[in-house]
Amino acid sequence: MATMTSSSDARRSSVATSMAGIKTHVATGLNPARISIRNLDFFYGDNRALKAIDLDLPERQVTGMIGPSGCGKSTLLRVLNRMYDLYPNQRATGKVTMDGENIIDPDLDLNSLRSRIGMVFQKPTPFPMSIYDNIAFGIKLHEKLSKSEMDERVEWSLTRSALWGEVKDRLSTSAQGLSGGQQQRLCIARTIAVRPEVILLDEPTSALDPISTLKVEELIDELKSDFTIAIVTHNMQQAARCADQVAFFYLGEMVEVASAAQLFTSPKQKRTQEYITGRFG
Amino acid sequence: MSATLSSHSTLPGAIKNLNVAKALGRRRSRASTVVKALCVLATLIGLALLASILLTLIVRGFGGIGLGVFTEVTKPPGSNGGLLNAIVGSLIQTVIGVAIGTPVGLLVGTYLAEYARGSTLGNAVRFVSDVLLSAPSILIGLFIYQLVVAPFGGFSGIAGCIALAVIVIPIVVRTTEDMLSLIPVAMREAAMALGAPKWKMIVQVCYRAAKDGIVTGVLLAVARVAGETAPLLFTSLGNLNWSLSLTKPMASLPVTIYQYAGSAFDDWVQLAWVGALLITFGVLAINILARVVLRGGK
Repeated sequence: MATMTSSSDARRSSVATSMAGIKTHVATGLNPARISIRNLDFFYGDNRALKAIDLDLPERQVTGMIGPSGCGKSTLLRVLNRMYDLYPNQRATGKVTMDGENIIDPDLDLNSLRSRIGMVFQKPTPFPMSIYDNIAFGIKLHEKLSKSEMDERVEWSLTRSALWGEVKDRLSTSAQGLSGGQQQRLCIARTIAVRPEVILLDEPTSALDPISTLKVEELIDELKSDFTIAIVTHNMQQAARCADQVAFFYLGEMVEVASAAQLFTSPKQKRTQEYITGRFG
Repeated sequence: MSATLSSHSTLPGAIKNLNVAKALGRRRSRASTVVKALCVLATLIGLALLASILLTLIVRGFGGIGLGVFTEVTKPPGSNGGLLNAIVGSLIQTVIGVAIGTPVGLLVGTYLAEYARGSTLGNAVRFVSDVLLSAPSILIGLFIYQLVVAPFGGFSGIAGCIALAVIVIPIVVRTTEDMLSLIPVAMREAAMALGAPKWKMIVQVCYRAAKDGIVTGVLLAVARVAGETAPLLFTSLGNLNWSLSLTKPMASLPVTIYQYAGSAFDDWVQLAWVGALLITFGVLAINILARVVLRGGK
């Protein structure tokens, strides 16, 4: 799992093999869908926050979601791991399929869903425990590992999130003593330690300084060889740097989805063009 | 002021009357000085009261401390009695009272903060708990008298423990709920997003994050019940003899102080001061110890 395929290689090989299964508007360079969203509506009480969304998240690639505040991009992310279930008065209708299962089916086992679809939040949220225990917390929820297997997994996930070198000598110290950037990479490590198939990142770098941001972005590029990734960001350069596919949201609608290159250089929709050129938002 | 301003334009721009600005600035700094002085004065009054209480306790109580206080039980006046039975009785009743009250209070506080936020039942429970928090402690003594002492045939140590537990519960409920409510939503969501069931989120993440505050709440409760007299008067009554039985009347420091301080015998009054000193510094010691332990854990 830790073998590093360079992202460009992965993209080239995927072009050749994956043309058939693609339903998105753009068929260039995208893998088959890992998650398919069809006709998804979302309501906060009576307020319809997402309107008839259709979107595929290509496997082992990064989908960027951009748009002005309140456009529904974070809401969409929170549908994918059913985070909205924590709150009454929030509901979703439509279909979100992964492996033939409808994610928004009310009878679904949420704990196992969330072990398959991990999430990293805007602000780093280390738990008030040691670095090691932060990683082990999620693993223990879903697997029974021996001490040595656990050590191995903790090391693997910290290495994978480019944090091992910085923390290997102080695994038993409190995670809240780490810097903001380290905390966020710890949160990513904690998420991948559960070995999900999909990782959702909700503005993961908006609370970080530029150098930490760069590290997290490099990490995202590195992680997509193993994971399907969706990232919400306010930073269009970030979307252009990280994403294979970018979706633009506005007022609860998905205006346009295309490969990053195409969306940022020749958008089809007027609203997309106005947004990416800074005319509004 | 409006007269000076009217000679200048009041519209936004670079031109403003700097004299007016300076005058306003002087007024603000005067007001700031006054407010600061009032705050310092209030602090001094509070500290002076506290210091004079401690000083009186030390001056009056320290002279009476001797080995006999800790080795002899309460005896008739003039026969060199101590406070051993009262000290041990207070320890037993406080420990058992807190041991009963803390888990109940912790769970109720957890229910209010995690499961019943905004619900009608939750609001009702919170209201009742707050009423109990400010209920006169003598009422709680009477309540336990009716509930435990009268039906089970007499005053007993365990009735005292239960009365103290009833006082502990609302304190722990309030601090637990407050502390859990302070935990950011993001941390709860992060735990849930890993696939944690709600109870694990609460026990393994929220309790840890709120640990300091909850422990402080329990210590507050210890401090409060260690000095309670009224609820014990109707329940454990007090006992001038040595007794460790929870089913018999049990001595306690506050009740002994109450009985001794008002007596006509000098040695009893002296022992009452010693008892007061012991309670005060005992509570102080617990607080300091807990702070050190909590800080050491970080």
